[in-house]
Parts: sequence; structure tokens; C-alpha cells
Amino acid sequence: MSNNDDLTSDAIRHLASLTRISMSDDEVEKMRDEMSNILDNIAVLNEIDTDSVEPTGHSVDLKSVLRDDVSGDSLSTEDVLMNAPNSDEDLIKIKPVFE
Amino acid sequence: MNNKYETVIGLEVHSQLLTNSKMFCGCGSDYQKAEPNSRVCPVCMGMPGVLPVVNRKAVELIIKTGLAIGCSINGETKFDRKNYSYPDLMKGYQISQFDLPVAINGNLNISLNGNEKTIGVTRVHLEEDVARLIHKNEPNGTSHSLIDINRAGVPLMEIVSEPDMRSPEEANEYLIQLHSIVRSIKASTANMEEGSFRCDANISMRLKGTTELGTKVEIKNVNSFRSVFRALQFEQNRQINLLEIGEQIIQETRGWSDESEKTVSQRIKEFAADYRYFPEPDLPPIIISKQWVDQIKSTITELPAEKIQRFIKSFQLSEYDSSLLISNDIIATFFEDTVNECKNLGLNYESSAKTCANLLNVDLSRILNEKQLQISDLNTDYGDFSILIKMISEDTLNSTMAKTVFENMLLLGKSPIEIADNLGLTQISDTDSLEQIISEILSQNSPAVQDYLEGKETAIRFLIGQVMKETKGKANPKIATEIIISQIKKS
Ligand SMILES: [Zn+2]
Repeated sequence: MSNNDDLTSDAIRHLASLTRISMSDDEVEKMRDEMSNILDNIAVLNEIDTDSVEPTGHSVDLKSVLRDDVSGDSLSTEDVLMNAPNSDEDLIKIKPVFE
Repeated sequence: MNNKYETVIGLEVHSQLLTNSKMFCGCGSDYQKAEPNSRVCPVCMGMPGVLPVVNRKAVELIIKTGLAIGCSINGETKFDRKNYSYPDLMKGYQISQFDLPVAINGNLNISLNGNEKTIGVTRVHLEEDVARLIHKNEPNGTSHSLIDINRAGVPLMEIVSEPDMRSPEEANEYLIQLHSIVRSIKASTANMEEGSFRCDANISMRLKGTTELGTKVEIKNVNSFRSVFRALQFEQNRQINLLEIGEQIIQETRGWSDESEKTVSQRIKEFAADYRYFPEPDLPPIIISKQWVDQIKSTITELPAEKIQRFIKSFQLSEYDSSLLISNDIIATFFEDTVNECKNLGLNYESSAKTCANLLNVDLSRILNEKQLQISDLNTDYGDFSILIKMISEDTLNSTMAKTVFENMLLLGKSPIEIADNLGLTQISDTDSLEQIISEILSQNSPAVQDYLEGKETAIRFLIGQVMKETKGKANPKIATEIIISQIKKS
């Protein structure tokens, strides 16, 4: 069992609903345990003293490379639709998003 | 409106940036004329293992927009992931900007009924557009949704205002100003009907004299200036009515329906707003140097508000005429070229400007509407147009004739002289032939002449009418009036 008590079952249910995943009560408990362990492992990082370190938005000291605004080839529509569960003419067909 | 309350409005505008390629990949951003799912690659489809690369032009256009509305440009900017699950979002997150947007702290001046007001702009940030969803109902009662990924990844800027607007009218004015700036610096086509300029509005009410913000409602899916205005008016009244009967306003997102002219509740806001932003690990921060900003600044020439002031000053036009003219770049340039050419032809600068503005603002828009044409379909040049202005100012054409000649010029691309000749449209200013026609008309209409002599000034109008009838509208009314009066006095 994890010693991270911050992660409640309700928090797991909330995350599941945000990501549109349905979970049984057993699954919620299992996920709570697993995620608590992950959080415990990551919590090791809290032991590092970062008082003198500037906050950063990125882990490595890189600056972004920008690209020229040139349009190139895209995939064929056939390839785009290849992994789609279903299609209708050139469009991907899914369950209705508005009931 | 119940004047116990004060309305508080803030606007979030999404405008697609005018680039050739998408925000993070080389797919063409011309999705509107492309076949469905033909502008898609592994990056914008959100396949595992791909890496986004930022489009420099998109960053430049957003810096330009920021500068045009008086923002400070952050020297370092970064991207963040905004997480939510919806079928229009290929990756399950949108690359957006959270705490370090490209531009912050701007302002936009609006004027309403002669009163100037400054509306704060909180931030302008970069993000990517989402895929297009089409809802389809089958005849058998089932339904499904269809996805076209072409739009996913098209560069988008979000311009967020401060809650500084106090009425739907102010919000409308802000939108018009912002729209014209974005268009004039060519940051976006800003075509509302095509969805390249979209507006979400936040509106809340509070008791006058209080400073705390009331519970706000967000109105989404509004795709015209008029709909934004109508939706805000509706929502303002709805909220006041609820408050008056002691009910609470629910914080929520409401959609506007053009058909029912109502806002309708869409979903509870708290749920959707849990986006769990975090820094985009695939994109390092972007450094925006002062030199880069200065270079972009130098490409901003004249902003709409400045141009309107210049038109008012140098052409002595009204603010209304000036703002209509400058709302379209092609027309504004055409107008300036014509008036300068009129000056070369020796015409009075200001009166040519007025005649020219009237034809462009009134007649041109009527003709475009009637014939269902675009400005770009028309073929006339400013040289021909300035000759038309000359013919009007020299009384060779009266105003009715001028409109006919103008319309034919636009449609046929011929010179005004040729058109007037072909249609037999030239005003008779030749006094000898008018003297003769008028003397006959006076002898046939002695009762009207008698009326005039007895002091009925209106009798003149009847006689002019007769002259126009006789000359098929070609008589110069000014000269004809002078001749009628002098002939009556002599008789
Ligand atoms: Zn792509």
C-alpha cells in the first residue's frame, strides 16, 4: 500500500471522467494504488533544494528552432483514413457528439 | 434596461493567422478550399512519436498584432498543453500558451456616440485550431459525427480583453475595431462567415456602484457582429430578470441560436475548465529579440484609426464616409488614387473627394449587392474613374446619368466617355438649344407661368419637370432653371 494519502478515489473518478474513461469501483481503487506509487516515486524530487534555481518551462536549456512558412506535401486521404474506425466518403465517421 | 445594474463584458476573439502552412507542420493551411482530409500529416493527426516545429510567420503575425494594439511583447514565450478530450482534438491536448503568452497588456480605443473609451487587452497568445466536426442525421433516425482534420493545427491567435465593456454597444464597437486592425495588418482574413474570426463573450451583471464581478456566463458559437450584439442584449436582459426575482446566475456556457434569437445552456463550466495545463515538453521556449520586434514594428504602416483621421483631415470627409472607405483596402487605395488624379486634372480636391466617396460608399456597394459581385470582379481603373468625376463636376452628367455610367464602367470596363456616348447620356448644357426648348414649354404651360408670377415658387419645379421630360432627362437642371426664370421675367 502507498503512503500517499492525497490521491483520493474521487480524484481518480474525476480524472477518468475528464478523459472520458469509464471505470468500475475496483478499477478506481487499483488505479489509485498504482498512481499513488508513481507519485511517491516522483516525490523524491522534492528533496532537492531548488531555492537558488530559476524556474523554467523546459527541462533542457534549449531555444526553439523556427521553421519557414512553406507548405509541403500531406498524406494521401487514403492514408489518413487508414486507421480510422469508420469513414463516410473522405470523412472519419464516429459516434454522435451531440445527442 | 433596468438602471440598477451595470453590465460587465469581456471578449475572447480567436482569429486564424494568415500563413501558408499550419502552426506546427508543413501541411497547407488552405483548408477551406481543400478536399476533406487532404491537408493532414502525422503531426497534425497526433500520431505517437512526432515532433511539432513552430511556424516563424505565425509568431511574427501575432507579434505584429500585439504591437498594433499596444501590447508589450514578452522576450521569452513558451507553449503549454491544454488537456481535454473531445473528438475535434486529435492529440487529446491543444498546444496553447498559459503563463507566457507572446503579447500582454495592450489597449484598444473605441468611440461610441462621440465618447472615447479605452478597452484593455489582457493578452494575445498563439495556439492551434481544432478539426472540424460535422453532425449528420440519417433518415432512419440514427446519427453520427464526421471529422475533417484539415483545420486541425491551423495557426490561431486568441485575443483576450479585460472585462472593460459596459454594454453590448461597446462590445460591438470593440469587435469592429479589432477586426479592422487585424485585417489591415494582414494578420488574418478575419472572415467571420468562414470562421476565421470567432468571438466568445463573457457577460455578468452587478449592482451599480459595486466593484466585485458578478457570476459570469460565457456565450459561444457566435459568428457575426450582429449575433454577438443580439446575444449580449438577450443575455443582459435574461440575467437582470433572474436577479430581479431573486434567483442566482449559474456560471455556465451558453450557445447563441440565430433562429430562436436566444442563448441556450450548453454545459456546466467547471467541468470543462479543468484543463490541467503543463509546459509543452516537445517545444523549448522561443526567444523574441528586440531587433526582431523592431523589424516587425517597421512593417506596420498605417493603422485604421490613423487612416480615418488622415482621410477626415486631408479630404474633408465625415468620419462615417472615411471609415466606410478604409474598411476595404482596395477601395481605400482606389479612392486615394482617383482623388489625386482628379487634382492632376485640375479639379477641386475636396469636392472631387466628396463625389468620389459618395459613388464608392453608396453606389458601389449597391451595385455589388445587386449583381452579387466582389470588388475583385470589377474592371475599371482610377484614370477612368477620375474622368467620370470630371464629367460630373463639369455638369456633363447629372447624378442619375453618373450612376448609370458608373455601373456600366464597372461591369464593362470601358471609359466613361465611350459609355455616355453609347447610351446617349450627356447633359444638355448648351444654352441655345435649351433656350429654344424652354420657350416652347413656357408657351404651352401658361397657368404654371402665371402661378410663378403670383409667387408660387413651386411652379418652377413643375416646369423643370416638363423640360426634363422633353429632353429625356438630359437637361442640366441648374442651367434650365436659370433660363426659365430669365425667360419668365422677360415675358
Ligand atoms: Zn500536418
